[in-house]
This record gives sequence, structure tokens and C-alpha cells, in this order.
Amino acid sequence: MPPVQARWAAALLRRLGLAAITFVGITLLAFLLVHLIPGDPVQMMAGTRRLDPAFHAEMLHRLGLDLPLHQQYLRYLGHALQLDLGRSLVSQTPVWDEFLRLFPATLELSLGALLIALPLGVLLGLWAAARRGTAVDRLIGAGAMVGASLPVFWWGLLLITVFSVGLRNWAPSLALPVAGRIALEFDITPRSGLMLLDALWSDDTGAWRSALSHLLLPSVVLATAPLAVVARMTRTAMLDVLGEDYVRTARAKGLREPRVIGVHALRNALLPLLTVAGMLVGTLLGGAVFTETLFSWPGIGKWLVDAISRRDYPVLQGGILITATLMMAVNLVVDGLYTLADPRLRR
Amino acid sequence: MSHFVKLLPGCAIAAALSLPLAASAAGTLSYCVDAAPEGFDMAQYETTGTFDAVGVPLYEQLTRIRNEDATVVPGLAESWQISADGRVYTMKLRPGVKFHSTPWFKPTRDFNADDVLFSFQRMLDKKHPAHAAARNGFVYWAGMGMTDLVKSVEKLDAMTVRFTLGRPDAPFLASIAVPAVGPVLSAEYAARLQAAGRLEQLNVEPVGTGPFVLKSYQKDAVVRYLPHTAYWGGAPKVDAMVFAITIDGDVRAQRLKAGECLVGDVKAESIPQLAGSSTLGVVSHLPLSTVYIAPNNEKPPMKDLRFREALWLAMDKAALIRGGYGGKAAPAASFLPAKMWSLDSTLKDRSDPERAKALVKASGYDGRELVMFVLNDALARRRGASLQADWARVGVKVALRSLELGEVYKRSGQGEHDLVLLSWYSDNGDPDNFLTPNLACAAVTGGGNKARWCRPAFDKLLDQARATTDVAQRTALYKQAQRMIYDDVALIPLVYPEETTVVNKRVQGYTSNLLNLHDFRNVTVQP
Repeated sequence: MPPVQARWAAALLRRLGLAAITFVGITLLAFLLVHLIPGDPVQMMAGTRRLDPAFHAEMLHRLGLDLPLHQQYLRYLGHALQLDLGRSLVSQTPVWDEFLRLFPATLELSLGALLIALPLGVLLGLWAAARRGTAVDRLIGAGAMVGASLPVFWWGLLLITVFSVGLRNWAPSLALPVAGRIALEFDITPRSGLMLLDALWSDDTGAWRSALSHLLLPSVVLATAPLAVVARMTRTAMLDVLGEDYVRTARAKGLREPRVIGVHALRNALLPLLTVAGMLVGTLLGGAVFTETLFSWPGIGKWLVDAISRRDYPVLQGGILITATLMMAVNLVVDGLYTLADPRLRR
Repeated sequence: MSHFVKLLPGCAIAAALSLPLAASAAGTLSYCVDAAPEGFDMAQYETTGTFDAVGVPLYEQLTRIRNEDATVVPGLAESWQISADGRVYTMKLRPGVKFHSTPWFKPTRDFNADDVLFSFQRMLDKKHPAHAAARNGFVYWAGMGMTDLVKSVEKLDAMTVRFTLGRPDAPFLASIAVPAVGPVLSAEYAARLQAAGRLEQLNVEPVGTGPFVLKSYQKDAVVRYLPHTAYWGGAPKVDAMVFAITIDGDVRAQRLKAGECLVGDVKAESIPQLAGSSTLGVVSHLPLSTVYIAPNNEKPPMKDLRFREALWLAMDKAALIRGGYGGKAAPAASFLPAKMWSLDSTLKDRSDPERAKALVKASGYDGRELVMFVLNDALARRRGASLQADWARVGVKVALRSLELGEVYKRSGQGEHDLVLLSWYSDNGDPDNFLTPNLACAAVTGGGNKARWCRPAFDKLLDQARATTDVAQRTALYKQAQRMIYDDVALIPLVYPEETTVVNKRVQGYTSNLLNLHDFRNVTVQP
């Protein structure tokens, strides 16, 4: 094997080894965190009712929660390695089924947010870098700072008040829906789970427009913080690149500024954004917890919040494990792409 | 590039211009509900979200609680006879009741005694195949002590069943009216599922006799129903019903304003802005519930009657209702709710801060800081803080400890608290359901009696009241029991909180429910 490929293979193996260790670490952490939450699922099921001790003990036994913690963990790990994440203690359906049913909603929302955050963030970052030190730069910088620190609930409610309710009073045709994935009159059969696609399949253009209009506000809310990060990162990366010799050479050759930025500087400035995009997956999944709750968006964020309040251990453990594994996978892919995109790393 | 950036807002507006308004379709009732149903086998769950989405629209019980006065009226049982010793209930079933016809099951017969037998025996008999299939167990049935109470259920003929109880229990008829205690399922459907080894589907694809039929459920998003056209009580008058799951109270208020939902429950703070709307109306009522403070009667200084009375006398309930309930509550003097039959309305609320100071001193309170458990939410903390300030004015120091619901119940059930701020909602409209679970001596060890107050004479009154079905006699006994709680300050009733439902003016015929359930069978929706 040529030395370059051998180095690659070794690096890949090392990453996969690390990923395996991380996987076991995540299972342990998810298990411990979930079991640290006070109260048990049977108690939560009983709510305010008197919990008969015999019934409580019987239910704990039936759910396997009367075993010592280490035995419960080993059983969970054994099943997880066979991709069996158990059943929800509440709905009693397999965790995988619930995840697969709900994940498309989160994916759709995250993609919507990514489509706003990435291009707009890059554009604003480039604009700020090109106008370094001017009022535009300062305005974008301040906006990014505000955007990164806006509380999701407050921001979401503000947008709902303005664009869904306020706008309805003086420009009803411009008003956006408050919550949900599609207007209630459309009963769309889930096929892909992505409402835009499913609505398209329904042959009802009204349904598709409704799905799109429902996606707008939550996407904007979820995109706000990542957009700010992307804008700041792009600006910083662009300023670094603009100080490079080859940019000075390009300018000295008499190239126009848009060409210098668009052709010579931008490609190199976008490299660090690959890493940011990978990190954004985590931010979007994290942010989705609040956004989905606020906009009644039935995705995995809302699913996990419900599971916490109901002490639905299998859902919590499974949900954390799947999302963490997903993030690991995305980071692995990003690392790979980075190597491909930067010729220096292949040497 | 800069030109493109300038164009972006314009593009967004142009795109939005072509977007339609979301609004409820004519003839469809849309209800913004705060929680998703946990499953569709009502007997396995206990939350009000599941009651509203499953228990009320899809299933029925042998008896019902009348909304006007919380008394028991016939449901799927047309009539009943109670034996002289109060232990045997013989019920005549209603003929001509149809089960739902759904894509997953087409019934071949009407409701009969086999359905009652199946529905109750699966909860009673641990060896029944459908018992183990209910993975969550029958939590409400067990919680209301039905496992110990009901000894057998038998079929006398196709339309007659007999329940035999282990002891006389006057609230029995009210208890089996609770959606999670006595829902009647189709035995024919269950037999078919059992033959296919799919009994667990009872929790996914329900078949009941209720006024609505489940059409579809998109997890955590929407529950859709169609009217049960063959419903024995007359088919509902709406074309369809949709429950839109909307957890956040502020968002529910906005959806109501925007017309996305026609009915919804909102926070008290949202009422003034919604009440001004020309399209929305507000339905407020006092359900059968009481908010109260349970002092731990086993611990000093709460052990001392003078101290307990001082805590009550120190309260400024008007301020509490203003600040903690947005004015939407009524002061309580009895633990029984304002609209509960047998309420002793001669009891008067206490308020006298000066006397409270004297009683605190006389009780020998040493000034130590007491701990009051409150629920971990902003409203509960605000209410707790209001009381904390009242007590500070008479020299009693109280620290608030916010805990999650499960922890509040667990820890106060074990007597870890000095004081705990709680509320109790009636399950079945019977006074016994307030007094026995919360104040009987047996409930001290069971953990339900958070006041840890035990008086054998009080228990005797409750036993007597359970042993007779004579309402006048029971009323007299419950009034004595209330007087005993009041005189001994076993606990401190705080307020009767109002429940508010916002209803679009297109919706006609919606009435509030004493048990705080949402029943839309008689509702119409104007186009």
C-alpha cells in the first residue's frame, strides 16, 4: 500500500476506534443521566394517584427496573449493540419506530434552517469582511451577536406575534401560520415523513403551499443562532484569506474586487465553514428541542422533552444514543470532506 | 453580492405573498390541546390529555357523571339494582349500542355482556391474556383501589351483568364512570386481535362505543376523528374533529387568535387579551378541584393546632388570587370543591393576621425556617411566594422548595415536608374521592395523606358514608367530616381555581365540565 493510502487507512481506523469508545461512553452517560433524574416511570404514570406499593413493585418488575443498575445497563448495552433500543414505556411502541416516524420532521426543519443559515450567513460574512471597519461591518457584527444570544422561546413568540397574528390584522394574505406542520384541513398521509414532499405527492398545491408556509417561521427561529455563527466565522476566515499573498498578487494583477473575492478568496475562506457546518448539526438538533416545542413541530426534540417529563427511559436513552451517533457520523464525514477539500492534508 | 443581499427581504415577502392563510375548515371542530395522548387503551393511562383525546370521545362506561351536578346517571348500563348489603350491583345493559366500524375492525354484533366481562376481567384477573398485554398496567384502576374492592363480575344473560364487591362502597357507580377505570372495549375485536397474537394493538387502533371514531393519529401532532354516525345518543353534529397538540400555552393563545384552532385552554394571563377579540368567547367555570396546603401534622410546630390555625389566619387570599391566579379563583373554606354535592357552605374562610401573630407566639414556635414543597413551575412558585410573604408578616419563616410533580408526591408522601402546596381534582364527582385518599388514616401509610392527619372518628364517618347509598344521609356525614377538618385545621383549603376555555364564536353548544374534561359531542360549528 502506498504510504499516503496507508496513512489514510490508519487515520480512518483510529477514528473508527475512537468512535467505538465514544459510542460505549455515550451509552453509559445516557444511561446514568437518565437514571439520575428523580422519580421513576411508574410513579410518573400514576401521576397524582395513590400508588399501591404492590402494583408499583409489580410494574417495576415487569419493566425490568427492579434489577441492579449495572445489570440494567449491561442489558441495555447488549440490546443497543444489536440495534434494539427497546420500547417506549408510555406508548409501548419500539423506540426505533418512534424515532423513524419523528426524525423526518426534525430533518425537514433542520434542512430549512440550514438553507437559511448557510447562504445568508456566508453572504453576510463576506459583506462584513469586504466592508471591514465600516458601519455595515459593525451592524452585521452587532446583529450576529444579538442573533447568537436570542432566547429561542422569546424570539419565536415575537415572530409569531408579528408575522402570524399582527400581520393578520392589516395584511391577512401575508400572515404566516402560528404552529404545526400543515394546516389542519389537510390530512396528508405520511410517506417520506417530509411534509413538503408528502404534500407534493398529495397532488394538492394548497397543501404544499401550506406546508411551506408552516416551515418558514420555525426555520427562521432555528436558523438564527447558526446564521450568526456562520456570518462571524465567514468574516474571520475571509479577513484571514484577504491578507494572503496570493490575494495581494491577484489585486496587483488588476483583477476586479468581486473576482478577487468570489474566485480567489472565497474558496479558501469556505474551508473552515465545513467544520462549522458539521458543528451546526449539533446546534440544530439542540435548538430543535425548543423550536419544536414552541411551534408544535412533532420532531425528536419535542419527543425527548416529553420523554424526560414522563421518565420514559428507553426513549431517552435511545434518543440520546441515536442523535449522538448521528453527530459522530456527521463529524466523521466532515473530517473526510475536509481532507478531500484541502490538498495540503492529503500530502 | 451586495445587490443580492438587498434583494433577499423582497424575495421572502414575495414568496410569503403567495402563501395561504391557515384556518379551520367549516364543520370541523379544531381543539388546541396541551398534551398528546399517551396511547389509545384508556385503562392504561391517567393524564387528562389522554382522557380528553381518548377516554371521552372514543369510549364509554357503564355509568356517567352528569355535568350539571356530578351525580351518577346511566351510561352503557341502562339501569341497576343494588343489594340490601350494598355489595352486589346488578346492571341491565343498554340495547342497540354499536361499536365503531373502522378500517381495522368491522363489528358483527352490538354491545353486550361479553364486552363488559372482557373489559373488567382483563383488569381484575392477572392471568387474563389481555392483562399482560397492557404493559403499563391498569394504573388508575389500581390507584382507586378497585383491585381490592371488586371481587367478581359475571354475565347473567346477554344484557345483564353482576358486580360483587368485597365491601359496601357507595362511590362504586361513580368510580366506574371514570374514563380510565371503566372503559368498555369490544370483546369481539379483542378476540380477533388475540387470535392474531396482536392484543397490544388495543393501545394503537381503538374500538369503542363513544361518539367519535378515531381516523388517524400523527404522533405528537394531530389526532383526527370522524363522528360515530351510529352512536346511540345521536351522532355528533360536526363533520370532523381535530385535536392539534400544542404544548405551549402562549402558542395556544396565538393559534386561537389566528383561527387555527376553534377551542383551547389558555393561561389566566392570556385571558384579558383574548377576551377583547371579536371572534373569541371565554367559558370560565369552577371544576371540582381545590388547591390546599397540607401541613405535616406529625412534625412540630405543625403538630400544634394553634400554629396550623395561625398559618390559615395569616393568609391574604385576595392577594393570592390576584397575583397567583389572575383573579380567576374563589377562596375556599372547605376541602370539598365549591360545586361538590354535600359541600358545607356554613364554613367560613379565616383571616386575622393579628390573631395569627398571637397564636404563633402561643404555639411556642422557635423561629426555625420551615420548608414548603411547591411544584417546579413559575405559577406555583409565585403562589408559594405570596403565602411565604403572608407568613413572614406574622413571624413564620418559610423557604420554598421547587420539585417536580413526581418528587413532590413521593417526598411529601413519605412525610419529608413541613408544608406542601397541592391541588386535588375529583376523579369521579364523589366527595369520598376527596376525603378518603387525602385524609383517611390508611392514606398516611399509603402516602396519599400528605397532611399526615389521622382521626379514627373521621375514618368512621367516611366508612358510614361509603356504606349507604342514601344521598341525604351521606351528605350529613360528609358535612360532619368537613367540620372536623375545619375545626382541627387538618389542612388549609386555599382556593377553588377557575378553568378557562377559549371558544371561537363559530362554535355553538360547548359547555364546561365539572370534571374538567372536554366533551364535544353536542357541539356544532358554523361555517
